[in-house]
Amino acid sequence: MIVFFYLFALISLILALGVLVFKNPIHSALSLVGTFFCLAAIYVMLNAEFVAVIQVLVYAGAIMVLFLFVLMLLSTKDNDQYALKLNVSRGLAVAITGVLMIQVLTAFMDPTLRFGEPGAYPVERIQEIGSIALIGQLLFTEFVLPFEVISILLLVAVIGAVIIAKRRVP
Amino acid sequence: MAFVTTTDLIPLIPELILLGAAFVVLLLDLFAPGSQRTTLAVTTIVGFVIALVAEIQLLDSGATGFYGTIVADGFSILFESLYLVIGILTVLLSLHYLDDHGIGFGEYYVLLITAVVGMMFMTSSLELLVIFIGLEIMSISSYILVGIRRRVPESNEAALKYLLLGAFSTGFLLYGISLLYGATGSIRIPEIVVALQEPGALNNPLAIIGVALIIIAMGFKVAVVPFHMWTPDVYSGAPTPVTAFLSAAAKAAGFAMFVRVLLTGIPLEAELWKDLFWAIAVLTMTVGNVMALMQNSVKRMLAYSSVAHAGYIMVAVVVGTPAALSSVIFYSCAYAVMGTGAFGILTVRHFGKTPDSYDDLAGYARYKPCLAFLMSVFMLSLIGLPLTGGFIGKLQIFQAALEEGWVWLTVIGLLNSALSVYYYLRVVVCLYMREGSVPDGAVLEVAESPGFALTGLVGAASVVVYLGVFPQTLLELAASSVSTLF
Amino acid sequence: MNLLLEILSIPLVQTILKIVFMIMLFAMPLGTLMTLMERKWSAMVQDRVGPNRANVGSFRGHGLAHIAADGLKSIFKEDTMPEGSDRFLYLIAPFFGLIAGVSVFAIVPIAAPIGSFTFQITDIEPGLLFIFAITSLSVYGAVLAGASSNSKFALLGGTRASAQMISYEVFMGLALMGIFMVYGSTRVSEIVDGQNAYWFGSLIPKWGILTQPLGFLLFTTALVAETKRAPFDAPEGESEIVAGYFLEYSGMRWSAFMLAEYVAIVGVAALVTTLFFGGYHVPWLHLWESAPEWLVRVLQFAKFTAFVVFFCWFQIQLRWTVPKFRFDQTMALGWKKLLPLSLANTVATAAVILIFV
Repeated sequence: MIVFFYLFALISLILALGVLVFKNPIHSALSLVGTFFCLAAIYVMLNAEFVAVIQVLVYAGAIMVLFLFVLMLLSTKDNDQYALKLNVSRGLAVAITGVLMIQVLTAFMDPTLRFGEPGAYPVERIQEIGSIALIGQLLFTEFVLPFEVISILLLVAVIGAVIIAKRRVP
Repeated sequence: MAFVTTTDLIPLIPELILLGAAFVVLLLDLFAPGSQRTTLAVTTIVGFVIALVAEIQLLDSGATGFYGTIVADGFSILFESLYLVIGILTVLLSLHYLDDHGIGFGEYYVLLITAVVGMMFMTSSLELLVIFIGLEIMSISSYILVGIRRRVPESNEAALKYLLLGAFSTGFLLYGISLLYGATGSIRIPEIVVALQEPGALNNPLAIIGVALIIIAMGFKVAVVPFHMWTPDVYSGAPTPVTAFLSAAAKAAGFAMFVRVLLTGIPLEAELWKDLFWAIAVLTMTVGNVMALMQNSVKRMLAYSSVAHAGYIMVAVVVGTPAALSSVIFYSCAYAVMGTGAFGILTVRHFGKTPDSYDDLAGYARYKPCLAFLMSVFMLSLIGLPLTGGFIGKLQIFQAALEEGWVWLTVIGLLNSALSVYYYLRVVVCLYMREGSVPDGAVLEVAESPGFALTGLVGAASVVVYLGVFPQTLLELAASSVSTLF
Repeated sequence: MNLLLEILSIPLVQTILKIVFMIMLFAMPLGTLMTLMERKWSAMVQDRVGPNRANVGSFRGHGLAHIAADGLKSIFKEDTMPEGSDRFLYLIAPFFGLIAGVSVFAIVPIAAPIGSFTFQITDIEPGLLFIFAITSLSVYGAVLAGASSNSKFALLGGTRASAQMISYEVFMGLALMGIFMVYGSTRVSEIVDGQNAYWFGSLIPKWGILTQPLGFLLFTTALVAETKRAPFDAPEGESEIVAGYFLEYSGMRWSAFMLAEYVAIVGVAALVTTLFFGGYHVPWLHLWESAPEWLVRVLQFAKFTAFVVFFCWFQIQLRWTVPKFRFDQTMALGWKKLLPLSLANTVATAAVILIFV
């Protein structure tokens, strides 16, 4: 199992890098789709099948298709301007980020690092109840407020989309 | 498994009232398109006022709901009332501006209301998830408000910059929250506090990185250096009433979240974070003031000066004592009112156009003496001269800093205040000393100051003076609301 | 013999065998047959004879030999690639649809389990959500083909396909919410078993079509739109954009698009049968208590196959019955009528369950 984790983690990292370095924006977008897939696979290994499926359904299946839709409409032959070019400031950014990353990694290598104890929902319990049933129960009891408040967020987003895109300017 | 009952909704009553008002405005705009814009504005104001009354009723109830996720403590009620007041002011300032600039969307008011609702969720929640969603409701509403002048390139540019950087900072916030969840096993602030008080918990890299990322995200929202880059462009590109709203309410909401999540929620070990906050405070004050000095556009100058004011508040954040926290609250309120007022003057047309550069301010004393006087009051308060709210605010902050022995910080803060005198007084000089010549073809509308805006501006100016002369009420409220936090 | 049985009892071997059976012996042959079935039935509708000339010696089989002839033809045809096309994307695009079409069969049970052995490749908990996730990927086939072909017609077809498929996915899931609520699960096996119950003693089976009639209509409509077939074939739009997103393809890659379409038809039929017509359950069979187990399985498989074939025919008939929608009509129908209807269906189902159950 751990082998698969490293496999998918590696692929997802490579594809995430691809998002940055591909010249053709469509290739970048597809690379991102691949990353989402690898993440979904990792979710499955974490016993979060529902999250995995939603990840593919929403991100790969809907959002990225919309990205591609826009890219197709804007499609230009001159893709070089989007290519990632290395200059001084970017090199500096890469260097600083690299140092930070090494710091973070060494911090995580610390063997005394305290990971949280298993919570109220260990794997056995999730498998017994079923992850969808469990998520449903929690959404309508403990997390009912965030669940409902999100509807305001969606309403605002819809109103905004209509204003920005659709309504004729009077 | 306990289910939610209606008593859980009690602390949410103001939010629910506002949402109701939002729907009424939306439907009024849809089914009565011929109705006067004034009707929509008045409906919005009525919604804000009713919500304000509800807030005051909740003041001593101590109501909580949804498993302790939502609280109506003194802190949240004080800040929520501030958002509501700023909301009312913004509506008053918007009416004529929308007509002048042909912004005919009734949804403008709906988005204003939802932005306030988002801020209220941010402030009154003890759960990081709800805080995050509230932040997003506020942010998305404001992205749209910023870009609502669709035909104006500057407005589009501002909206796009705000959206991209805002989304970026949201990513930081979510990542920080998830790391913090990994370290503590909870997203409820009280439980996080308990988990982090265990020995060694604060040295957990997960917790450290998580908190660092949350600090970055909040830095974006309150626009402290080095996360301030978006401020001048967004503030100058947005419709001016929206700028006023953002600089006052959105910033106050950011600081409320800062206090709630970082200062009282997460016990930051002094040594670890104090240096960071110190550097941020000094940089923010200095960069904000120096950049404001170099601007020719008054709107951009005010944008940079709002960065500088965030720096003053950060001084109090560095100090971190209860007295300092209550000065954060006082200064947020005072700055919100005077900032709204200062931007509000710029919404009123002068010589047929909304003023932007210093030159545009010439001739106010002669043709619009009332506005010139009000602007001077706001400027003096922004400088921090006695008898204004700004003075008391700065006094509180620096007093708290000196009590804890932050001498250098206080000195740098005072030097920055001195620096700011130059550009604020430059405005006053332009208002009073320069003779404005009526441009050819421009219609000189002596009595064009619109009633609604004037009401709002006079109200704001009187609040500023009131806070300067009788600060006691708000100071006591701030102190008592800080005590509810711990 | 014992060794063989032992190998057969390894779960992995069983799964591989199931996959081979479902795809190689069920989905693909049926899909291939569908190509002929469609041509024959179209001919009948139009009062023609249809294909009947290809022969192997004197064997014509009412056109059966055409399947082989068409296959051979497309294998030997030149695989052209338009100038300026995006090589990599152009080459992989045809296979997205095929993968999506085939993966439907991963969760469809074809007979009742014997002991721990199931006649179903996998029975994961988010079974139907998995199907939504995979079918949502089939849109990439059309989008990538359209984007990589360097042809304006293909590009138009691709944009139309992406807009249409995303729109109809939105309420495809919502239309099934009623089914999830009625049978209390997203697991396919539990939904199928739930349909084995009866009202009034053993009079009327609790099939999905009877508990969720509106859900059936909406879901089937959404699925047909997902396969981009008439009346929702604006992305291919013969009369205005020639053949839409796969205009530039030829040879085997063109065939892959066609095969994907026909496998998708079979997949739609299998899903509709499973979710709304009791799946493999033969109604009232439980009354015959002494039925031998093997016969029950055979009957179940026969019933399942019969329903699948029926719904395949139904989709062909649909093409010749309903006039084609203009693209804007397709979108308006989806967003303005079917989406609100499926929301209403969800709310109504929830209300009924809350009040009466």
